Amino acid sequence: MAVAEVRQPALRDEAHETLAVRIAKLPVHLFLLLIGIMWLIPAAGLFVTSLLPAATANARGWWHVFSKPSEVTFANYRMIFHNSAITHALVVTAEVTIGATILPILIASLAAYALAWIEFPGRDWAFVTVVGLMVVPIQMALIPIFSLYNTLNLYDTVLGLILFHTAFALPFAIFLLRNFFAGIPRDLMEAARIDGASEWRLFFKVVLPLGLPAIAALAIFQVLFVWNDFLVGFTLSQDNQPIAAALAGQLRQFGSNLDVIAPASFFSAVIPLTVFALFQRYFVQGLLAGSVK
Amino acid sequence: MGVEFPDPGRTPPAPRPSRVRAAWIPLSFLGPAFALLTVWMIYPAIRTILRSLWSNQGNKFVWFQNYSTMFGDSVIHTAIKNNIIWIAVGPLSVTLFGLVLAVLTERIAWASFFKIVLFMPLAVSLFAVGVIWRIMYQQNPDQGAVNAGLNSIHNVFNTPGVLPRAAPSSPAVTDKFVFTKQLSAGGTATLGLTAISPQDVPAGATQAAQPKSKPGSITGVVWRDFKPGGGKPGVVEQGELGIPGVTVALLQNGKSTNTAKTDNHGAFTFDGVSGSGYQVKIAPATFAQPWQGVQWLGPSLITPAMIIAFLWTAVGFAMVVIGAGLSAIPRDVLEAARTDGASEFQVFKRVTVPLLMPVLTVVFVTQMIGVLKIFDIIYATAPGSVINNATTLTFEMWRRSFLGENAFGIGAAIASFLMLLFVPFLIYQVRSQRKNL
Repeated sequence: MAVAEVRQPALRDEAHETLAVRIAKLPVHLFLLLIGIMWLIPAAGLFVTSLLPAATANARGWWHVFSKPSEVTFANYRMIFHNSAITHALVVTAEVTIGATILPILIASLAAYALAWIEFPGRDWAFVTVVGLMVVPIQMALIPIFSLYNTLNLYDTVLGLILFHTAFALPFAIFLLRNFFAGIPRDLMEAARIDGASEWRLFFKVVLPLGLPAIAALAIFQVLFVWNDFLVGFTLSQDNQPIAAALAGQLRQFGSNLDVIAPASFFSAVIPLTVFALFQRYFVQGLLAGSVK
Repeated sequence: MGVEFPDPGRTPPAPRPSRVRAAWIPLSFLGPAFALLTVWMIYPAIRTILRSLWSNQGNKFVWFQNYSTMFGDSVIHTAIKNNIIWIAVGPLSVTLFGLVLAVLTERIAWASFFKIVLFMPLAVSLFAVGVIWRIMYQQNPDQGAVNAGLNSIHNVFNTPGVLPRAAPSSPAVTDKFVFTKQLSAGGTATLGLTAISPQDVPAGATQAAQPKSKPGSITGVVWRDFKPGGGKPGVVEQGELGIPGVTVALLQNGKSTNTAKTDNHGAFTFDGVSGSGYQVKIAPATFAQPWQGVQWLGPSLITPAMIIAFLWTAVGFAMVVIGAGLSAIPRDVLEAARTDGASEFQVFKRVTVPLLMPVLTVVFVTQMIGVLKIFDIIYATAPGSVINNATTLTFEMWRRSFLGENAFGIGAAIASFLMLLFVPFLIYQVRSQRKNL
């Protein structure tokens, strides 16, 4: 699949390796195989647990199912899809994710364009401020925003969550897009300007289409980040919480309710995993373009 | 397309257009971002610092009292200690592990598959990661996969005993499980045990029998000296089961000279015995407790346990980024070093690692920031009973502010202190970008 994009050429051509070289490499293969298995086991554990009745999952480890496969059931999944608290949380998660992906990309590409291609006083300082804001932790904003949201009636709303995620996504988004836009050949921009194109026209007709790879990378980052959010949703909403926050209450009886928490956790991971699997080429590219988040 | 992503950690200089535009044009492009950043980041950051100087209810200006309360709080001491452990162990392990895997995957044909497997946890929410590892870390080796794995290794070296507990059934056996009678060749020993619950009787146990004397040997029986309705202590009776698998030691002058295992009837034999002065004893190995499992989610191991969970999510990222840096190293530089007679390890140490330093630094710093922000894993992995041992500053800030007590004064003080910890990263970040402007 697509990680192959960043894969480097093998040190020596595999086909021409001598037997001795292959044998010498055997420990490397075994070591990496072991690591790979160790990496798969925890996720497999969650998946298998999600298919077991609560009593079974609580009494014995999930691997015992391999000696008694008849216990596997999809009843847990049927149950969580009929649980209105969980389906509502999934809908909220989807709404927040869509809003908090489109909005920051739109706003950040405008700002990034100005920072890359429009000359104005204080531009470098504006960019440096954006870079500095990339490091600010969410905790720094929670208390004042919590009070502000109570005043503005944004507490427990999808819009409130979207705006919060959008603001905190902006520094990294502007940083990534500005650096990408700055790489557009100067001749291209000058030519368009000589033809009399306005800044808006340049932005929509030249910069945005050329910036698509970076925008795609950013979109994937943002989908993963917002979908997987726990802290913001848990703090700034109550009845309209996204999925991770909605599941938090379940942790108090951890064990007896594995039939809810395991399938819901696994299902909540399916969407980001799918996005990741489909678009990982962009994801990895964006990552390599200097991610500090 | 012709537009490439710039190198990691480098900012290309902004091209200078020839005309200076009217002021409203940049403003209209920057306006929305400026408004959002001001209201949601800059204003709250300033507000949080000011808030930290007010009482928890916000009605009294208390100067730095929240800070002195905070630094006198033992739970916050634990939080700071845990932050130090996370910072000291997390980023370094992620970077080193990522480096080793990046170098090794260069040598295999199935590298892309391997990378997908290791990268995958990055797409899973840290909350779900916490749930995943909480399932993995259950203490009972029959429930938690980590302890189940360790248990199978443990059992190779220490077989658990056949009985969890038992007591002598008559004064003929001491409380150290020594048969009181001195024996000589041809002698027999009857080691009766009670206080064994039915489910603890080992599988395969069958009717016990009175041992028969055998010349040149010492024989005996270990049995469950109990039957419903009582029975006579010290006498093997119908309906009483022998206990298989018991280790019996033959003692001479108090020293063990031989051991034997009982069969399904509980019978054992020591052959080749001559003379007298022997004693028979049930070895302590019989009662060796099965392994209880490591208490991963207990107060002392919770932070290391969560760091392992964090490694699971972060190593793939480090490996892919470092791998990309590795592939950017010119092959001829490595080949030149090899032709000069450098060993693979020397090439790695003297050429590869120095050339990779900028990438390694980016990964390391990214992980430092990530580790300082850790929150979801703590919430999802640590059971309520060990939260005070698992906490960090980010977690404590949230807990004081939003869980029950709403102590916004202390919460704001922790947040401000946390911000201070981020300042070095802020400076690093700004400097690394500004030199390229």
